Amino acid sequence: MNARLAVLLAFWPLAAMPQGFAGLGTDAEGFALPQPEPVFDFPADHGSHPDYRIEWWYLTANLDGADGWEYGLQWTLFRSALAPEAGEGWTAPQVWMGHAAVTTPERHFFTERLARGGIGQAGVEATPFAAWIDDWQLAGTDFDTLRMTATGPDFGYDVQLTAEGPLVFHGDRGYSVKSAEGQASYYYSQPFYALAGTLTLPEGEIAVTGSAWLDREWSSQPLAETQTGWDWFSLSFDTGDKLMGFRLRQTDGADYTSATWIEADGSTTAYPDGAFTADPLETAQVAGREVPVHWRVTLPDRGVDVTVEAMNDRAWMTTSIAYWEGPVIVSGSHRGRGYLEMTGYE
Amino acid sequence: MTEAVLGALLSHWRRNLLQLFTLIAGLALATALWSGVQAINAEARASYDAAAETLGEGTFAQIVAADGGAIPVSDYVALRRAGWLVSPVVEGRLDGVRIVGLEPLTAPGGLGPVELGGDGDITAFLSGEGQVFGPREALAALDGIEAERTESPGVAPGTVITDIAVAQRLLGTDTLTRLIVAHDQPIGRPALGEAAPALSLREAQDASDVERLTDSFHLNLTAFGLLSFAVGLFIVHGAIGLAFEERRAMVRTLRAVGVPLRRLVAVMAAELTLLALVAGALGVAVGYVIAAALLPDVAATLRGLYGAQVAGSLELRPSWWLTGLGIALAGTAMASAAALWQVARMPILAAAQPRAWALRTGRGRAVQAVGALLLLALAGALAIRGGGLATGFAMLGALLVGAALLLPILLDAALRLGARFARETVPHWFWADTRQQLPGLSLALMALMLAMAANVGVSTMVSSFRLTFTGFLDQRLASEFYVSVEDAAEVEPLLTFLEPRVDAILPILWVDRDLAGVPGELYGMRPHETYRENWRFLEAEPEVWDRVFAGEGVIVNEQMARRADLVLGQPLLVAPNTSLPILGIYGDYGNPIGQAVIGEDLFGGLYPEAGALRFGLRLPAADVPALRDALRDFGLPDGAMIDQARIKAFSLEVFDRTFAVTGALNVLTLSVAGFAMLMSLLTLASLRLPQLAPVWALGLTRAELGRLELIRAVLLACLTALLALPLGLALAWVLLAVVNVEAFGWRLPMFLFPADYARLGLFALIAALLAAALPAFRLAQTSPATLLKVFSNER
Amino acid sequence: MILDAFGIEKSYPSAAGPVPVLRGVSLAMERGETLALTGESGSGKSTFLHLVGGLDSADAGRIVVDGREIGTLDDAGRAELRRTTVGVVFQQFNLIPSLDVAANIAFQARLAGRADPVWNAELAGRMGLTEHLTKYPEQLSGGQQQRVAIARTLAARPKLVLADEPTGNLDEATSDAVLALMLDLVAETGAALLVVTHSTRLAGMLSRQVLLRQGVLA
Repeated sequence: MNARLAVLLAFWPLAAMPQGFAGLGTDAEGFALPQPEPVFDFPADHGSHPDYRIEWWYLTANLDGADGWEYGLQWTLFRSALAPEAGEGWTAPQVWMGHAAVTTPERHFFTERLARGGIGQAGVEATPFAAWIDDWQLAGTDFDTLRMTATGPDFGYDVQLTAEGPLVFHGDRGYSVKSAEGQASYYYSQPFYALAGTLTLPEGEIAVTGSAWLDREWSSQPLAETQTGWDWFSLSFDTGDKLMGFRLRQTDGADYTSATWIEADGSTTAYPDGAFTADPLETAQVAGREVPVHWRVTLPDRGVDVTVEAMNDRAWMTTSIAYWEGPVIVSGSHRGRGYLEMTGYE
Repeated sequence: MTEAVLGALLSHWRRNLLQLFTLIAGLALATALWSGVQAINAEARASYDAAAETLGEGTFAQIVAADGGAIPVSDYVALRRAGWLVSPVVEGRLDGVRIVGLEPLTAPGGLGPVELGGDGDITAFLSGEGQVFGPREALAALDGIEAERTESPGVAPGTVITDIAVAQRLLGTDTLTRLIVAHDQPIGRPALGEAAPALSLREAQDASDVERLTDSFHLNLTAFGLLSFAVGLFIVHGAIGLAFEERRAMVRTLRAVGVPLRRLVAVMAAELTLLALVAGALGVAVGYVIAAALLPDVAATLRGLYGAQVAGSLELRPSWWLTGLGIALAGTAMASAAALWQVARMPILAAAQPRAWALRTGRGRAVQAVGALLLLALAGALAIRGGGLATGFAMLGALLVGAALLLPILLDAALRLGARFARETVPHWFWADTRQQLPGLSLALMALMLAMAANVGVSTMVSSFRLTFTGFLDQRLASEFYVSVEDAAEVEPLLTFLEPRVDAILPILWVDRDLAGVPGELYGMRPHETYRENWRFLEAEPEVWDRVFAGEGVIVNEQMARRADLVLGQPLLVAPNTSLPILGIYGDYGNPIGQAVIGEDLFGGLYPEAGALRFGLRLPAADVPALRDALRDFGLPDGAMIDQARIKAFSLEVFDRTFAVTGALNVLTLSVAGFAMLMSLLTLASLRLPQLAPVWALGLTRAELGRLELIRAVLLACLTALLALPLGLALAWVLLAVVNVEAFGWRLPMFLFPADYARLGLFALIAALLAAALPAFRLAQTSPATLLKVFSNER
Repeated sequence: MILDAFGIEKSYPSAAGPVPVLRGVSLAMERGETLALTGESGSGKSTFLHLVGGLDSADAGRIVVDGREIGTLDDAGRAELRRTTVGVVFQQFNLIPSLDVAANIAFQARLAGRADPVWNAELAGRMGLTEHLTKYPEQLSGGQQQRVAIARTLAARPKLVLADEPTGNLDEATSDAVLALMLDLVAETGAALLVVTHSTRLAGMLSRQVLLRQGVLA
């Protein structure tokens, strides 16, 4: 049913959002807006913020299987509010969407769940931390030790996450500007999870270990009208350094970029528009469209000039709103691996 | 010029209102019967489609509360959190409207009002007062609600669809009615009993089952509509033929005064088109009335027989008007083609005297006889060749038209025989005079025969279906009582409980597997007298049950045998590496799936993991209520118990509804035929005077002449009815043994119902009597002066 | 010249082979002329009239009516000729039974596109039909019906009137009266009149008489 599409149009970041500021900190419909110089309150801020329009708990991982293969894994929970209140029962104005995927060098498994808020089918609680939709969960006594599960018609996984470093904050202490006009979100990550667990694939169960990166972001007006999509990179280098960088594509052909350099101890450097570059080198025909799967990524300030290549070109998510999300391999000035997300290539 | 010609042609009708009435009424009735039946079919189909689209009924498995009550939302959440992809539905009635609340985010694809897609406003659907979608009359009934009402003809009749939150608010409940189970489920899902012990799963009833079964019903209705239309066409053909013959002189005059032939034919065609449109419009209107009157019974039948939801009220669809008018035009074209062809070829100086229009010369009659025999031979050849539904219908057509053409010839022979054995003067004259009437009446008699044959055919078919189906229920529901459990763990305690209380426990044990290359079901049957006594084979080897129970062979159902071309003795693979000879083929009506049956021991060896969850129980029928109470106390929910007697009573009631429909159609077609006869007799009456006046002058009273007219009508109707009987039986055979097999894969055995036929014959006689009564009465009242004029007027 | 027929031959098929009916008939008529074609039954006079009226076609020969050769006309052309140039009065009255007298009289003129109510009324008056205008043919006597047929033909003002035994079904007194009236009216419209009759008494009332015997003019 196309209704689901309509739901997502209402809550995917690319959808047109009211741009005007009706008052300080809120938009015309009463949604809260991110303010500069945020002060986070943990663990409460790990939970959901129903007065903001959208929010996500977004985890990607690069894994090594006991069978010698490399794997990619995704677990995402999106929240979208129809009105700025939590609500209770069927009438609660919160809608939840889960995406899960496992990418092998040859195949890409993915699935999607949708749920209404207010009845307990999906939600996020801060203490003890639990994010869930249906039988999927990302939960633990605290944010540093989590169990993560998901199932689909032909795959599933059950893994443990252990944080081995601090949270990192993007932009200005977690206030991440998304356009020259000032659209912004709250954005922090936990890029230091160690992962161990089991994938269930049609071939059988596979023990895996690896590292995972969790993004937390919430906002009410994340993109400008002129922005058509984004290319987001989370790269972990063999040196122990990490790089988060994104490129927001604009209708005029120009880009808006932003990046965070994360050192092994968790200390960060934020880079403004233009410092980070990402340029497609090669595209592939994926699900009937041209998608760039081979990139040149630079951050000259850190001497980074690398090529980023998809481990499996076919990591297309044919979900309600389609996008590309998959593991990548890094070579050049730095070596390593990471995850790439590309939206707006429909 | 056209105007003058058309005026002259139409003036004929003004002076011959009876003929005009016959033509219009005949065509209108034919169209009415056809479009009425089609309207019923279309309405029923539209209802299924709407139901399938809005609710996915039949296509998805459902979860309901084991106790038949409501499902708490917490159970739904528990199931979802266990990994079951289910979607909640709340249903109830408000102001006579069925309210269906869906949850659009979790509903499986293809569910919900179409309007929600694309540009639909999901926010409005999900929040605030919400939105309600439904057909107009359902929305109108929900006057008081605050939700935004949107008309959506695609939603099932009498139903509105809304968000689950709105539905709960409207119905004043906070629980759920049922859960729809999505087709694709994730891996690693626990058993239902573990996740939600109070709920039970109802497997999807395959949509194609309902469709195929209802198709059978519709096909039969369509065949009936077609036959009725054919009867009507004979009337139209007669009326048009008569009108053309009577206008031969006019045609000649028109041409003599300078109307070009082509123009004349064109204007005549236009005239007929005009009449056909008028009659067609009338017919569709009458058809609507017929359909509206019959639809509630049809709806009840379909609901009862197949569980299909059909609106009890009729919606006027533009397509019926168009097809109704189209069929009226096509029918008129068919009925008038010959007459127009004759006009086009008639020499300008041909005799202007009306040749008795249907009077055949010796040669014409021979041609007719040859044509009739050729058509019957074609029908026979098609019966032998077989293949395809279209062939079946072609065969029906050839059979009916051939028989109709043969009718006057056979009647003529019978009358000649009568004349030969009549020694007295008056009887001799009567036979000869009847023969002379035959050409004028033959079309009406053909219509009567077709109507009779259609009725014999269809009632034989429906009655045979009923007999077969109830017999089949006896066979399939041989046990007095049936119980089922959800879980293998419940089997042992139940059996222990039942053991001392019943005569026998017959487990119903099966696996789904491919049989002879098509998906089917393999059953393992416990050796018991029940099967021996009740199951009837279409074909079987000797000692079939002993050998099946001993594991030496397999029996298959008819569909399976037909689909895979299986014959007795052929080996059938029942498990990897195990194949058994086919020992018998049994009838299995109302089920499109192939089945095979082997003995329980062998089955257990081949499929040790398959355990029975359903059981047939044998016990004296009188003990059933007591057992039911005992099982209830034992803890078995009512939904898990099936009482055979109740099912049978229910299905018989359903058949009675079907009979109400076919009975009404029977009366209608016979009335049409009677009407055809009345019209023929009335138009012949004026031509009859010169033939009757000499007999009157020779000493028969007018009353005697009138009585003889009545006797003549009855005699002809009797003879026609006698000939209609074998035709009707042939028709029934084609429907049962050809059309049904082609359409549904099973052949229904044919039974004969002499009492029904006698009753039908009586109806036909009554129709003929009524038709002849008015002309006979008029004849008896004719003044002597009128009769005398025959001698003075040279006419 | 309104009619010029030359060398007309016509035979009809029969079981014993073709039976010749006309064997080279040539006949011409001037405008306004009245001519009686007489002969015994079977002499071929009705056949000749049918050929001239374009109701049948000749095996050989040439028929020119009002400058048009009939043999070259197709069905529509002949119909047009009958509608506008030639009027035929048959032995049987050939009225349209479902139209009343007034409609019958006006009918051919309407087809020819020459409907003239004044002329129709005058014709009806002269024919003594005024009080019968709303009656149907079956309600009239034979003489009355034939007068309607003649009025219908003349209403269209044809240039050539063909009449086949126009009074054959009438008694002597009536038939004389009808023919006299017909001659008067023909003279008034300036039409030529060809009457086929076996009655020499009637033939004598016309300006020229021609005898047809065994398929040739005597």
